[in-house]
Amino acid sequence: MTNAEKYVTAAYCVVFAVILIYVLLIAVKLGRLDREVSELEQKIRQPDDG
Amino acid sequence: MGAGATIDRVGLLRRIPLSALALASLVLVTTALVLVFYVAPNDANQGFSQRIFYFHVSLAMTAYACFAGGAWNALRHLWKRDPRSDLQSYVCVHQGTIFGAMVLLTGSIWAKISWGQWWVWGEDELVLFLILYLFYCAYFMLRFSVDPGTQRANLSAVYALFGVVLIPVSFAAIRLSKEFLHPRLFHLDGPAFRGWILATYLVAQVAMLVLAYTLYRVEIAGKRLDLRLRDLKEALV
Repeated sequence: MTNAEKYVTAAYCVVFAVILIYVLLIAVKLGRLDREVSELEQKIRQPDDG
Repeated sequence: MGAGATIDRVGLLRRIPLSALALASLVLVTTALVLVFYVAPNDANQGFSQRIFYFHVSLAMTAYACFAGGAWNALRHLWKRDPRSDLQSYVCVHQGTIFGAMVLLTGSIWAKISWGQWWVWGEDELVLFLILYLFYCAYFMLRFSVDPGTQRANLSAVYALFGVVLIPVSFAAIRLSKEFLHPRLFHLDGPAFRGWILATYLVAQVAMLVLAYTLYRVEIAGKRLDLRLRDLKEALV
């Protein structure tokens, strides 16, 4: 692999790493929202259960 | 007529399902990568390293488009008082800074190969893009230093509108510069490349724009869900 090929590969890897980190952060946030929705559902159902 | 047609097109874009956008992004990015590495010829001057350009320039144009989108929504917020525009402007600026970070990183790698340095402070194009990027980074400091509400939305909108002025300055810097190292890719009579190089660049450009729009839609859906959930919690407490 030449020096130029290494740098070009690094550049494309950087782009995909940034996008991957961004998507992971969004996934974590959606996971948190999902948990909060579940908690709310539980709270709403509690009076009926009692 | 013109503004109405633009708003109709934006409305049409919003109706595209997110799954279709994600699939289109995947297909376009994959096609762009195949074209970049297997079809596009080596540049006569820069050789293999020129292949960074396909994504680097596409990312830069996409970052400019995101900042312009942020300004357009900021204008809508100030002008029409559209309640959705503040959030849309914020997400556009956020996308712009993410794509801007990728422009700086890929550009720096390109500089290392072509010029032997990671950064050249004497190069107007680079420094102006960095200023533009830092300006938009400061947008978040301003936004989150003010409590949520009308004041925050108005301040953010005015700031996003000011920032858009830097886009043509950044774009024109390469033409104004007398001694430049950064390649000139677009002339008044068209792009400085033809054939497969032009085709590959166009596919990469469309891929980045579709990817940015997909990420924008995902982020805005998450933010709206977050806001609705907070309102629901407040209503239940």
